[in-house]
Amino acid sequence: MIPDPDAFYAALMDAHRDLSPEDSRKLDTKLVLILANHIGDMRVLLDAIALAKPAPRA
Amino acid sequence: MSFIQPRYAAAAPRAAEEAAPIVIVGGGLVGLTAALDLAQHGLRSVVLDDDDTVSVGSRAICFAKRTLEIYGRLGLGARFLEKGITWNQGRVFHRDREAYSFNLLPEEGHEYPAFVNLQQYYAEAWLVDACAATGLVDLRWRNAVTAIDGTRLSINTPAGDYTLHADWILACDGARSFIRRALHLPFEGQVFRDRFLIADVRMQAPFPTERWFWFDPPFHPGQSVLLHKQPDDVWRIDFQLGWDADPEAEKDPARVRARVAAMLGDTPFELDWVSIYTFRCRRMESFRHGRVFFLGDAAHQVSPFGARGGNGGVQDADNLCWKLAAVLRGQAPESLLDSYDAERIPAADENILNSTRSTDFITPKNDAARAYRDAVLELSAQHEFARPLVNSGRLSRPYNGYGTPAPDAPVLRDGAPDWLLRHLGRDFCVLSRGDAAATMLRTVTLGSDVEDHSGLAAARYDLAPGQAVLIRPDQHIAARFRATDAAAIRAAHTQALAP
Repeated sequence: MIPDPDAFYAALMDAHRDLSPEDSRKLDTKLVLILANHIGDMRVLLDAIALAKPAPRA
Repeated sequence: MSFIQPRYAAAAPRAAEEAAPIVIVGGGLVGLTAALDLAQHGLRSVVLDDDDTVSVGSRAICFAKRTLEIYGRLGLGARFLEKGITWNQGRVFHRDREAYSFNLLPEEGHEYPAFVNLQQYYAEAWLVDACAATGLVDLRWRNAVTAIDGTRLSINTPAGDYTLHADWILACDGARSFIRRALHLPFEGQVFRDRFLIADVRMQAPFPTERWFWFDPPFHPGQSVLLHKQPDDVWRIDFQLGWDADPEAEKDPARVRARVAAMLGDTPFELDWVSIYTFRCRRMESFRHGRVFFLGDAAHQVSPFGARGGNGGVQDADNLCWKLAAVLRGQAPESLLDSYDAERIPAADENILNSTRSTDFITPKNDAARAYRDAVLELSAQHEFARPLVNSGRLSRPYNGYGTPAPDAPVLRDGAPDWLLRHLGRDFCVLSRGDAAATMLRTVTLGSDVEDHSGLAAARYDLAPGQAVLIRPDQHIAARFRATDAAAIRAAHTQALAP
């Protein structure tokens, strides 16, 4: 669990504040790559990708 | 100096009907390699080629270590080393700075380097001469196959038509294989929506002998560029153009010259060869269809990023020829030939997988892919972790799925420096450390036949005193033995011939 969820969320929003959609996308892609490197465990990464994917339509 | 394109005399029909045990369709890199390999196993072949010369243009220029070792076994290795440009190092640039570099041969003690760059026409011309010297290869230029029925081939030549009855056919007739199409065999896979321009230029340039790859360089913004050195002061420059480029307009020499000049500045150069290409990654479902085998681009196709086309094809020939020889000599059941499919299909899949991943990085398919690609490149400037994600081509490595290719090692022979692979021969052999039990097979003993003065041979084969390995004719390790027990070695040999 993130110890201070509100502070983390605010920091994430602050990072995006005033960015163009392109710059926001760039920030997010870099963030994903940096976090993936921190995790460093293929199984956890594949689980995370599966969790984030849109649910298949019934 | 530069290469003089040979023109070989067309072969006229000898009779309206002829028979030949082995017919190779396509006298390109793979077909000629197969013919030479078969000849060294004592087998005659007829090679049919619809043209009268070797490769026009440099085409497959990067010969990988494993391929060089195969040419070493076939007696041409020294020519590649002497004429070719040796390189081990690759560098990737993003805009105007280096993003990533890699060394493909970090260890010493191998006769062959990670790569030698050489125009395909040199390799083919040497193969033509080497095939002729065996006296076993009947190379027939301007003999075009016009129909196939079973293993009966209809052939057209400038001097008339004839029929050739083959026992076995090796289709080495390239990505647009006539044999594959005539047999209505599917060849499915992925098409990449991108176009590339190859410009071979002749110049005196100060670039090092390394593979240089640029993403979004100032001289070709928004696209990628690859630079490679070849012999005779020829440089391969590969420009990504994008899907919307007009292939006819891009071939205009003035336009090509402008692109090259933007890259080279004031360096004078001449254009040697220009080609525009698109590519696919695909393979046949099976590489064996009865008595017809498919090798190289006829069987599988990859993108050029990774040097996996020509190298993959040569390794197909390396895998098939000894098996065909063993079957025709009655030493192995015909079922051994099915292992060509079983072994080379996964190898082709590995090449296709790597080539597809590289292409996905170089040619992003959508906005998300482009955003991630650019993020990786930007992060790689400051962050070590991002550099291995940069993918400008994962270069051809030997396939390990059917036994590790026998590693080379420096040895001494009668006190003189030599290389281990030169002593493994072209038939099954036992490599042992210390005394080996007597078998019917040729044995190479570390310590008596060759001296493992550096200890690298024992280390690379993981051989303790008294241990041995069985090596196949294509120089792959077939089995390992904790003790050199003759019965175990014989059983492994039998198993390797009848898997």
